[in-house]
Amino acid sequence: MNALISLKQRPHAKWIGIVLIAGSLLALPFVLASVGTAWVRITNLAILYILLSLGLNIVVGFAGLLDLGYIAFYAVGAYVYALLASPHFGLHWPWWAILPIGAAVACLFGVLLGTPTLKLRGDYLAIVTLGFGEIIRIFLNNLSDPFNLTNGPNGITTIDPVRFFGIDFGTVSRVGALAFSSTIKYYYFLLAVLIVVIAVNLRLQDSRIGRAWEAIREDELAARAMGINTRNMKLLAFAMGASFGGVAGGMFSAIQAFISPESFILTESVMVLSMVVLGGMGNIWGVVLGAVLLSFVPEVLRYTVTPLQMKLFGRAIVDPEVLRMLLFGLAMVVMMIFRPAGLLPSAVRKRELAVPKNA
Amino acid sequence: MPEAAAVAVAAAPRLLEVEAITKRFGGLTALSEVSFSIGEGDIYGLIGPNGAGKTTLFNVLTGIYRQDEGGIRFRGSALRNATPDRIAKLGIARTFQNIRLFANLSALENVMIGRHVRTRATVIGAVLRDAATRAEERAIEQRARELLEYVGIASRANILAKHLAYGDQRRLEIARALATDPKLLALDEPAAGMNATEKVELRGLLERIRSDGTTILLIEHDVKLVMGLCDRVLVLDYGRRIAEGLPRAIQKDPAVIAAYLGTPRDAGPRAGTLPGESGK
Repeated sequence: MNALISLKQRPHAKWIGIVLIAGSLLALPFVLASVGTAWVRITNLAILYILLSLGLNIVVGFAGLLDLGYIAFYAVGAYVYALLASPHFGLHWPWWAILPIGAAVACLFGVLLGTPTLKLRGDYLAIVTLGFGEIIRIFLNNLSDPFNLTNGPNGITTIDPVRFFGIDFGTVSRVGALAFSSTIKYYYFLLAVLIVVIAVNLRLQDSRIGRAWEAIREDELAARAMGINTRNMKLLAFAMGASFGGVAGGMFSAIQAFISPESFILTESVMVLSMVVLGGMGNIWGVVLGAVLLSFVPEVLRYTVTPLQMKLFGRAIVDPEVLRMLLFGLAMVVMMIFRPAGLLPSAVRKRELAVPKNA
Repeated sequence: MPEAAAVAVAAAPRLLEVEAITKRFGGLTALSEVSFSIGEGDIYGLIGPNGAGKTTLFNVLTGIYRQDEGGIRFRGSALRNATPDRIAKLGIARTFQNIRLFANLSALENVMIGRHVRTRATVIGAVLRDAATRAEERAIEQRARELLEYVGIASRANILAKHLAYGDQRRLEIARALATDPKLLALDEPAAGMNATEKVELRGLLERIRSDGTTILLIEHDVKLVMGLCDRVLVLDYGRRIAEGLPRAIQKDPAVIAAYLGTPRDAGPRAGTLPGESGK
């Protein structure tokens, strides 16, 4: 807070900060590519996870509705893109048409999930949303017969890359001495989407709509008595969250060029929820931090644990995957004890979880 | 009040008309054919021993419960199956017996949420922040600050609702309810837990709200407050209307005295205060 105030008093410092951050974000893929091209791909996946976490944050963090099946909307967005831009149906629509369609279809599914669960809260809502996530995945797995809609467990291949003013995001383009690989181009694309999504979230939070969501989270009955149409507001939260999931799904399809139901399992929902909770429910920057940490730390482990063991013991004793789960559990316990409201909790969440001093 | 004036009040256009409301919970009849009406500009008292059905009646009026029988007319039109948010929009705002503020939000934010129903910014407006939305946001905050000032807690605008003193929480609930621009303000035991000074201030506040054009429906256990403030009083006992009228008449009503103290043959007095014991 103090930092913000001092920034307002020194507008130059603020602009210098923005330029520095923008510069490092623009240079980032080239720095990462010099370490290893895999890191750019990992960064892209991290941005997708940030998009997902921000979408889920609207439902869980703002409106206080626990959703364990969020990945279903990601799946819907991904399949909409895949079906409309692949040889599967021979359709090759442009990305700028498909992404909004994917968002709209995911939004529809959000309302579909929201409508029957309006009266549920907490554990009960969690179970229903979990079931919903599984239903979507099982449908995707089985909608190949008699009419082959999703191609079942084999998934959909050779999905079209994004094409933008003649730039094909699937190939390398050169501008002077700089080589923009497919991954690097997608990085910039994702970054642009991310900035828009963050801006939308920040503005929603600090608005009449955001306050209505907060009221519902705090006391639904009082919110209704104050004239808030809780049904519409909850559906709106589901719909908005789902749309962001749908956009992220479409991007995922374009980047991977291949999707199958396996990418949309329950663990993914849990992962996204963990990102939201780890970073701090309700705080947009906290959620971003949570998603970045949970996307990168496992990858860093993957690339360091085995070589480190080779050096120390001459052989790999612990599999990085095992270590990842071990550290994950440890992190959860540590967080529960020291920062139950997340790394960067929203002011409100912090108050909610604080132990009252005078109680 | 002279008799002629009383008749004139009865003939004035009614703001709220409740006709033979019955509400059952399983085998228990919480409200049994309760009828009454409130005129515009009244302070209308609702009293009765514990468990008489006062809060149930409030919950029916504000759409939280649905009556099994009977009808409610507000400003001339029937409230059929109206939801709480619809009723708030029509102009009935309420407070709760067990304070239900948005505890982890500031006093100002609580009142700003009360403005929701009288404002219109949509998602698109919120995201684009066009001139109309920005103007509306400013108006919301300004009105919320005015209301905090009105109830006398402007200096505590940024304090969390749950950290406010008890009396201030009651005031904040009133400010939040007023933020919805109600025609009828329904207060469920606003003086509960207040000390004598706070009660005097509350009385002044309620009189000011009335003189500013808002009708008040008041559940209250403090008999001195009810008798001194209310234009008319309805007495419930076991979900039935046992008396209705001017405060002075209520105090002398044998049925009311029996309900509060028990008839001589009853084993003992029930909870509640005798209306006549105004000094207590």
